[in-house]
Amino acid sequence: MYSASDLKKGLKIEIDGDPCMITNFEFSKPGKGQALYRCKIKNLVTGNTFDKTYRSVEKINRCALISRDFTFSYIDGLDYVFSDNETYEEVHLNEELLGDLKNFIVDDMQVEILFHNDRALDITLPNFVEMVIAETEPGARGDTATNVMKPAKIENGYELNVPIFINEGDTIRIDTRDGSYSDRVSKG
Amino acid sequence: MQYESIIQRDVLMRGIRAFFYDRDYIEVETPIRIETPCMELHIDAEPSGDQYLRTSPEIYHKQLLAAGHERIFELGKCFRHGERGPLHHPEYTMLEWYRSHADYMDMLDETKALIDSVSDAFRGEWSVFSVAEAFQKYAGWNPVEDFDEDRFDLDLVEKVEPAFRRIRGPVVLKDYPADAAALSRRKPDDPLVAERWELYLNGIELANAYSELTDPVEQRRRFTDCAQQRKERGKEVYPIDDAFIESLASMPPSGGVALGVDRLLMILSGESSLDRLLPFR
Repeated sequence: MYSASDLKKGLKIEIDGDPCMITNFEFSKPGKGQALYRCKIKNLVTGNTFDKTYRSVEKINRCALISRDFTFSYIDGLDYVFSDNETYEEVHLNEELLGDLKNFIVDDMQVEILFHNDRALDITLPNFVEMVIAETEPGARGDTATNVMKPAKIENGYELNVPIFINEGDTIRIDTRDGSYSDRVSKG
Repeated sequence: MQYESIIQRDVLMRGIRAFFYDRDYIEVETPIRIETPCMELHIDAEPSGDQYLRTSPEIYHKQLLAAGHERIFELGKCFRHGERGPLHHPEYTMLEWYRSHADYMDMLDETKALIDSVSDAFRGEWSVFSVAEAFQKYAGWNPVEDFDEDRFDLDLVEKVEPAFRRIRGPVVLKDYPADAAALSRRKPDDPLVAERWELYLNGIELANAYSELTDPVEQRRRFTDCAQQRKERGKEVYPIDDAFIESLASMPPSGGVALGVDRLLMILSGESSLDRLLPFR
């Protein structure tokens, strides 16, 4: 249990069984009154944010979050299936939870999955992934400017902007944190 | 280090002193390291050896009033254990002043004159709400009729103070429930209400004022009740200063104000956190 004076921005706590994170925190003490801890809290399952004020006498549940290493295995309908690197136990993550990240999952990719009481909450991919360009307008030969961009499509259909010198068949590195082009690995 | 804030503080301190000298106040110094911090339920004193650092100079100022000094002020450090946040620091500068034969509303006029003497930002009318009005309007209940401490503190912070921030200009919250009287006297014609106000500038609580309690019997009872409540909550109980209680019998009716100088400086310099202007924080 935490006491109210332990609360701070970024702390993860459990409210009504759900993992939550304090996104904003303010110590407050109205004239002659008791110390109050005003928090903005994000529910890590639903993503909803709400305000909650704790009095100094209140106790708050700790939130046990565990992060484990997994390897991507296969796709099963709308689920992406990963296997635990230590126990080989399989976990299914719905593509809704993955969001745009699903575009960057490749065979045997090493990922970290965050659990709260056996419920998968979040996934972290390697920061960069290599992928092959499936479709783009031919680039101008010799033009190596990186600030002029054009649309391109990856084999899995994901679209992004790449520099003008990139051609179909080239292997590029994509930053999985924002889905943007990073650099070219090799020519096709 | 913030160069500007050092200069601004000097200008403000000179302005405050000039204001009081002009009004025939004398500047006093009272003990900082003491045996008997003023007993309040939610204010904890910082220990200093076998004594404490003062949380307020109040009990000494009242003894000076009882000794015949009619207009006194002090600018000095006070200390409160465990108070830390954008608007709190455990060591802070307090302006405290007392005037005999004045009540809390006289002190409000004087506070307005003081603020206007150090800044042009708060001229014009100040909005004044009684606690009953403000809570009925913004929180839907009247703490004066039926006091509930937890609900009062929570609604004050979550409903009333945010509403004050939407009002243009300074706001004064006055006439507190008798249960939240602290060291103020009850209204002679309405004992449910205590003659106390708090001033909010830009929604930030800046000053607290009383028509001072001068009844030694009631004062001792309040300290004894407070000691009991502190004990029940596992908080340290401070000794009662008998010299202070006895002096109340010869203290004239008086008004007093405590004002947070660091917060005033913060407001005047347009900052939103004390961190920006306390040079050695």
